[in-house]
Amino acid sequence: MEAGTPQVVKLEDLHVAGQLSGRKHILSILVENKPGVLARVAGLFSRRGFNIDTLAVGPTDDPSVSRITLTLDGAVHPIDQVTKQLHKLVNVLKIRDMEPEETVAREMALFKVSSAVENRAEIIQFAEIFRAKIVDVARRTMTIEVTGSADKIEAFERMVRPHGLVEMVRTGEIAIGRGHD
Amino acid sequence: MESLKAEGVKDVFGIPGGANLPTYDALYDADFRHVQVRHEQGGGHAAEGYAKASGRVGVAFATSGPGATNLVTAIADAMMDSTPTVFITGQVRTELIGTDGFQEADILGATMPFVKHSFAVTDPRQIPEYVHEAFHVASTGRPGPVLLDIPQDLSRADIDYLPRTEPVELPGYKPSTEGNIKQIRIAAKALASARRPIFYTGGGVVNANASEELRELAGSDRFPVTSTLMGLGAFPASSDRFLGMLGMHGTVAANWAMDRADLIVAIGARFDDRITGKLDEFAPHAKVIHIDIDPAEISKNVGAHIPIVGDVKQVLPKLTREYRALQTDSGRLEEWWSTLEGWKDAHPLYYEAGKDGEIKPQFMIEALHRASQGDAIVTSDVGQHQMWTAQYYGFDKPRRWINSGGLGTMGFGLPSAIGAKVACPSEEVVCVAGDGSLIMNVQELATCVTEQVPVKVFLMNNGYMGMVRQWQELFWDRRYSSVDMGSSPDWVKLAEAFGAKGMRCESSADLEEQMVAALEHDGPVLMDVRVAREENCYPMIPPGNAARDMVEAPRGAVSG
Repeated sequence: MEAGTPQVVKLEDLHVAGQLSGRKHILSILVENKPGVLARVAGLFSRRGFNIDTLAVGPTDDPSVSRITLTLDGAVHPIDQVTKQLHKLVNVLKIRDMEPEETVAREMALFKVSSAVENRAEIIQFAEIFRAKIVDVARRTMTIEVTGSADKIEAFERMVRPHGLVEMVRTGEIAIGRGHD
Repeated sequence: MESLKAEGVKDVFGIPGGANLPTYDALYDADFRHVQVRHEQGGGHAAEGYAKASGRVGVAFATSGPGATNLVTAIADAMMDSTPTVFITGQVRTELIGTDGFQEADILGATMPFVKHSFAVTDPRQIPEYVHEAFHVASTGRPGPVLLDIPQDLSRADIDYLPRTEPVELPGYKPSTEGNIKQIRIAAKALASARRPIFYTGGGVVNANASEELRELAGSDRFPVTSTLMGLGAFPASSDRFLGMLGMHGTVAANWAMDRADLIVAIGARFDDRITGKLDEFAPHAKVIHIDIDPAEISKNVGAHIPIVGDVKQVLPKLTREYRALQTDSGRLEEWWSTLEGWKDAHPLYYEAGKDGEIKPQFMIEALHRASQGDAIVTSDVGQHQMWTAQYYGFDKPRRWINSGGLGTMGFGLPSAIGAKVACPSEEVVCVAGDGSLIMNVQELATCVTEQVPVKVFLMNNGYMGMVRQWQELFWDRRYSSVDMGSSPDWVKLAEAFGAKGMRCESSADLEEQMVAALEHDGPVLMDVRVAREENCYPMIPPGNAARDMVEAPRGAVSG
């Protein structure tokens, strides 16, 4: 008998593998750098009713290959079905469902905050605590660059919002696997 | 043209126009057949019929703009039914793209949701490479439509054709075909434990040319088999192992068998809503072995306990071998068979015989079966006549039943019959049409006549869009809204106007005889068969219900 195959398979012992993971997933997708590829990926999501939370696209070290990093909610969508549908696109080369413990994920955001004289000091203090950078100062506003996990950016947003958030721009998360020694 | 020839293309369907003039100029000297259709949708369905009848890739050409958008329905249809097809559209000249030029339409964007893949040519030197890749993608793995969009100026360029020596390699496209042997062994053992197994087979078996392998597997024990609409013919309807079609208009035995089964072996089938009915109540006692070449089909609608990704033609013989090696006692299936036989006897397909020469639609299909010795390639449109043909023709061989299953495209029957006849000129090709559907692509009668494609169209004429009428009768309180087709056209005169033979039959007494005469005629024929107007298609799982709630034809009641 082969290893791994039981002698008898009882039907009552058979189960369907779990579908919903219940957590946020980051998919790192390598695609051919060809016209229309992003439209194919985005179109697949809308057609199948999958919701993308964030999406970031950029080049890789190979000019013929681009990377799409997207996050979606595994409590709503069976990630397995999402990745299998993505794999059917001929231009999709590789998909990695990033393991949270094995991944460094970062997002950048720019916050334009109204900064009257009386609250300027407090905003600068927030920026220091969050290791953010003040990249532009005008008479009535300050623009602050924050980099970090999505959680950190959301925390910063909560801090500055009461002071008057004029505008916020976020890139969507990008991620890389942790190195192994 | 050289690239197409290298792919073994013998026939293409299409219509020329401004943007694909260079292609048509090259066709003038090419030594393969171009069937000049009358509407691009017809050309697209003809390519599908060609592919479904022969297993070879069907090819259709269209020009840019409206020519290309007319193909859209056929492309979507080919996607839903996994039909290997290549569509080649002309596009406006490169410098006009994006300017809303004359006859410009973004066909690549329009078809993106329902192509297997598509290519936009940006350099003439890509053309041979893309043609080969298109055929490779269309015909391998789970087959499907591939679109190639070529701007006019680029199809005009003179390039040298270098015959391809290497097989096509696409880095992001590698279908798994073999099937995991460990999973196959587990599946064999699960089959050995099953007391109420059923094989549920679909169009994937036909696509994979795996009928022989399916028969072997089913014959390795007393396994009952049911088939989807798309899979009919892959397993012989006349076999006593066959329970009939399953699903919304399937047999009681097949649907109840799914409902009671302890193990469903799904082979090249995708648990479509027309099969499962109410999903929560589908096959409540069953574990599922799902064999499919498309991994995304596994656990899409119904969770698979034993998934096997692979080409059924490769997987089934392995499963047969593993199962035989277990030497299981078939005695365990006896009780199951006595239940199944009981259902078959008590709930056969049934219809009330027509009185006074009235032609019942079911009788018409039985007559067609006799007149064609049950051996014709039969295409159909979409509606009641399609279901009756599926139920009553009794397909014993694969690639004999060609219809639009997934998309449900009315007007599919006549053009797909043309494609089938071009692919298989020595076979009898008949189209069972509905009067609501036929009119949608009736212009292709002109193609039959001028291109000498002698298909025989048997029009099941009840003067209604019958399936919609049936739903309005049963679920909308008989409020018949926009389903009466009136008495127009006069189909016999219409056929004659096109130059085809027109016939009419109004009595069951001479129907079969007239059908034989139609089949013996050596040109295209359209026979207007006047059938009972308000016959309903039974049995039926009402929408949103479970299989065990099937409704059968009322007995003894006068229908209509």
